[in-house]
Amino acid sequence: MTGPSLMESLFQRSLDDLIKGLRLSPPGVEAAFIAKSVDEIRREIKSTDSQTKATALQKLTYLHSLHGVDMSWAAFPTVELSSSAVHSHKRLAFLSASLSFNPNTTDVILLLTHQLRKDFSSSNPHDVSLALSTLSSISTPDLSRDLTPDLFTLLNSSKNFVKKKAIAAILRVFEQYPEAVRVCFKRIVENLESSDMGVLSAAVGLFCELTVKEPRSYLPLAPEFYKILVDSRNNWVLIKVLKIFAKLAPLEPRLAKRIVEPICEHLRRTGAKSLEFECVNTIVTSLSEYEPAVKLAVMKIQEFLLDNDPNLKYLGLQALAIVAANHSWAVLENKDVVIKSLDDVDVNIKLEALQLVMAMVSEDNVAEICKVLISYALKSDPEFCNEILGSILSTCSRNFYDVIVDFDWYVSLLGEMSRIPHCQKGEEIETQLIDIGMRVKDVRPELVHIARGLLIDPALLGNPFIHKVLSAAAWLSGEYVEFSRNSLELMESLLQPRTCLLPPPIRAVYIQSAFKVLTFCIYSFLSSGDDTSYPSELTDSVLKGDFQESSDTATITPISDTDLDDGLNPRSSHQPTKCVSTGNGEDSVISHEQESSASLKKQQLTQKSVMDLVNLVETNLGPLAGSHEVEIQERASNVLGMIELIKPRIHSSTDESEGDKIKGELRASNMMKLMFDAFSEELGPVSVSAQERVPIPDGLVLKESLSDIEAICDDIKLPISSSFSLVRSFSMTDANLIHERPSKEEYEPSSESTSLLAEHRKRHELYYLPSENKAMISNNYPPAHERKDLAIDEPEDLVKLTKQSLDLRKKRNQAKTRPVVVKLDDGEGAHIAAKKPELNDDLISGAVREVLLGNEAASSSSRSKSSNKASKEREKNELNIDRPSESKMDVTNTVESELGHGSSRRRKHRIDGKEKKHPSSGKEKKEHDHKDKQKSDHRHSKHKSRQRADGALNVAAQSPVIPDFLL
Amino acid sequence: MGIRFVLMVNKQGQTRLAQYYEYLTLEERRALEGEIVRKCLARNEQQCSFVEHRNYKIVYRRYASLFFLVGVDNEENELAILEFIHLLVETMDRHFGNVCELDIMFHLEKAHFMLEEMVMNGCIVETSKSNILSPIQLMEKAS
Repeated sequence: MTGPSLMESLFQRSLDDLIKGLRLSPPGVEAAFIAKSVDEIRREIKSTDSQTKATALQKLTYLHSLHGVDMSWAAFPTVELSSSAVHSHKRLAFLSASLSFNPNTTDVILLLTHQLRKDFSSSNPHDVSLALSTLSSISTPDLSRDLTPDLFTLLNSSKNFVKKKAIAAILRVFEQYPEAVRVCFKRIVENLESSDMGVLSAAVGLFCELTVKEPRSYLPLAPEFYKILVDSRNNWVLIKVLKIFAKLAPLEPRLAKRIVEPICEHLRRTGAKSLEFECVNTIVTSLSEYEPAVKLAVMKIQEFLLDNDPNLKYLGLQALAIVAANHSWAVLENKDVVIKSLDDVDVNIKLEALQLVMAMVSEDNVAEICKVLISYALKSDPEFCNEILGSILSTCSRNFYDVIVDFDWYVSLLGEMSRIPHCQKGEEIETQLIDIGMRVKDVRPELVHIARGLLIDPALLGNPFIHKVLSAAAWLSGEYVEFSRNSLELMESLLQPRTCLLPPPIRAVYIQSAFKVLTFCIYSFLSSGDDTSYPSELTDSVLKGDFQESSDTATITPISDTDLDDGLNPRSSHQPTKCVSTGNGEDSVISHEQESSASLKKQQLTQKSVMDLVNLVETNLGPLAGSHEVEIQERASNVLGMIELIKPRIHSSTDESEGDKIKGELRASNMMKLMFDAFSEELGPVSVSAQERVPIPDGLVLKESLSDIEAICDDIKLPISSSFSLVRSFSMTDANLIHERPSKEEYEPSSESTSLLAEHRKRHELYYLPSENKAMISNNYPPAHERKDLAIDEPEDLVKLTKQSLDLRKKRNQAKTRPVVVKLDDGEGAHIAAKKPELNDDLISGAVREVLLGNEAASSSSRSKSSNKASKEREKNELNIDRPSESKMDVTNTVESELGHGSSRRRKHRIDGKEKKHPSSGKEKKEHDHKDKQKSDHRHSKHKSRQRADGALNVAAQSPVIPDFLL
Repeated sequence: MGIRFVLMVNKQGQTRLAQYYEYLTLEERRALEGEIVRKCLARNEQQCSFVEHRNYKIVYRRYASLFFLVGVDNEENELAILEFIHLLVETMDRHFGNVCELDIMFHLEKAHFMLEEMVMNGCIVETSKSNILSPIQLMEKAS
């Protein structure tokens, strides 16, 4: 030993020193201390003295594992140390390797191949076990391939300690090198009959992992698993076997029938909660058609739910959620607990309960459940409140609002939800409001009513979370303005000063809606006149002239060959008024001829009111024509431009002579008709895949010209607008120009603006609705923050409340019939991509299937031809015949034993096997010679299978691919 | 693979042992540990011991100042994992005698060896305390 290394080892800091140093160093200095230590380690690890090297590696591993120090540079010294003769050094090196090596990038792993192989054949079982553990954590495809033969040998080890580890390690090898399955699978299967608990549990664990990935391949092993299920008393093993059966049972109904009774037996007998839970889980997931078993499971679930342990409660709720899919009675039986759990201290439990409540929703109880949930939402913390709202939204909108019958109720619920103080689901509510508006014609009047309620409440504008909802409300009241009862009021609310709190894109929606409202009002005002006074030919002629005139203003796009939607749209209705031109407009009543115009009854359109309207718009949008926001500016200019054109015409009715008046009004009315027609085109839902279905025209190269657009638009955030309505309704402008640049100066603190607004209101009373309306508003729509008084506080009350609604037997008494919901013919939104199985799993299961039942024909022919095949080949064949043979015995067995006596029959079967162990025919002896290397406990199992095989050779030949798995 | 990782974390959120059964980079580990610790340590005794995080289920249990957190995949039986944690603690207790945080700090390797005996490839392979401890005891005798 050289001097320096001796010095090093004498003065080297031990791991204990390092840890103490770390503990003593104050928080800020820790990083420096670690860096210093790593420098030391870098020096020490190069030492030729293995003790010094080991200590250095030990320290480095510690720092790596707990302080996140990179140690990829120390991979080579680790490999070096792994060949040490000292077991503790070797152990350290392998631990370090398994903690730090990355199988994908650490290339020195290959250097371990030889060392691992050497350790596999060591006489010290601890060396072997160590090497196996290491292999299981760092195995690469190469390593797996090279070491498969060695593993194969170890699977046959006489030491259960080693065998157990080999089985556990092999899962990783299978994943990396599926070919290994062909070599090793048979030996693993044999271990399913091992009497050693460690070996058995490793083997079952391995199959559990394999089965989860691809159950079908392992069906042939069902008899082995069944035996374990019936015989084993080790809960760890039983849990794993139950997991295997949970996957196998759905594939083979006969198997399910056989395992129900043993599983119920375990469930009744066991005191261990974990096993109980696993039995329950297996029953509810895979055996849900066996009523008595499910009843038993639900009983256990009930025990879990009533337990004080939150863990059991949580798991009980989870299990109940699984049962709910097929057995809703189970939830009904436990509904009290479930609903009370909405109030639990644990948010996880609350979430589970929420899911369960949502699972109970049906057409009949959706309203009541939502009422309960909203009241919970009001008193919950913001996070859970939004969870509730989110699940209401998703449940109710599921499958095109399948559960909703009364849409009027639902849209008012949406309105109510958006007023909940913590509500952050604005975007979803927005989408649904617009979606319903487009899909469900009958609900539009109510939608407009809800929208009005939202728009006229200035307090809502201060809450950024609700802006999206307001955007939808504005759009709806613009698009379906014909249902609005009071256009002036609507206009006022769309233009109220606090709209400056809105982000520009939403404000643009407001202005656009104001535009629509204005167009509608002027049009209905004017057309009400011309219907009575003027022949239609004249209208047409003027239309042409006007057309030229108006088309050079940017406002109007001449696209109107409109077929007006007569059934709904009063835009096409002719509304005669008694007097148009005189000042006594208060008395004038517009009478409506068409059915849909009922909503307009109270609307009084007089010249004065129209002029008021125009003035209101002008005053408010005037300043916005100079806005920096291009969307706002553009829209405001559009509106102002139109007013510019139309204003003289309206005035003309009083000021000008009769002839001019007629002409002017005609021109105006025709221009308005154009405008109006442009807006009145019905908007419908658009399929998600609509865009994809548009064929790309020849010669259109999209990518090239747009490839560098990202660089150009880097600083501009394109609107990620989910409201498809925007794009449609903005079709006259370039929707792409919408900038989403929140103008900070416009976001005043809401409290300040509220008080400003209050002052403003006192002084002018300009933007506020007439007093009688106000009273009505406060009755109908109490401000969001006062809604708590409606919340029901006691969970008991809630339980009572839902008692009726959850009763499925309750008769349906629907006052309303469900309105038509427009759906597109193609499977809209049904874009579920099939999950592709991982390649490796495929390979593994492919190999397994081949081993278990694959080359059936080949095996049977080889059986008939020759008996001097290689032993490995024989094993495969034996396994092949093994399964069918069982089936035949079963066929005969079923005749004598009734269903449900499964376990006893199985035991009998086993005894048979044992009895047959000793008598040995000549043929068997021959085979013993073949495999005298094999261990006795193996032979034991092999015997049995061979016995069975002898019984049923011909059956095997007849039933090739899918053997009968009856036990 | 049933168990994806085992963590021991003290009340202050410092990791005292970390064993992963699938490879994660240092950054991934640090991020994961941070998130899990934040989630689990904030919970109280009346709340259940299961937390869902990313695609893991975390089963945790607190012993005095130390949290034992086990990340499992969705198929795993939570109650069995709780029992596994308890078994691990009992095993360490038998070996160290009234095990505490410091024992694990200063004997990190041994703690890893115990885990190695109990879990391979994320599967629980040994549940007998004496079987788990015998290799370690042999090793101690040898040195």
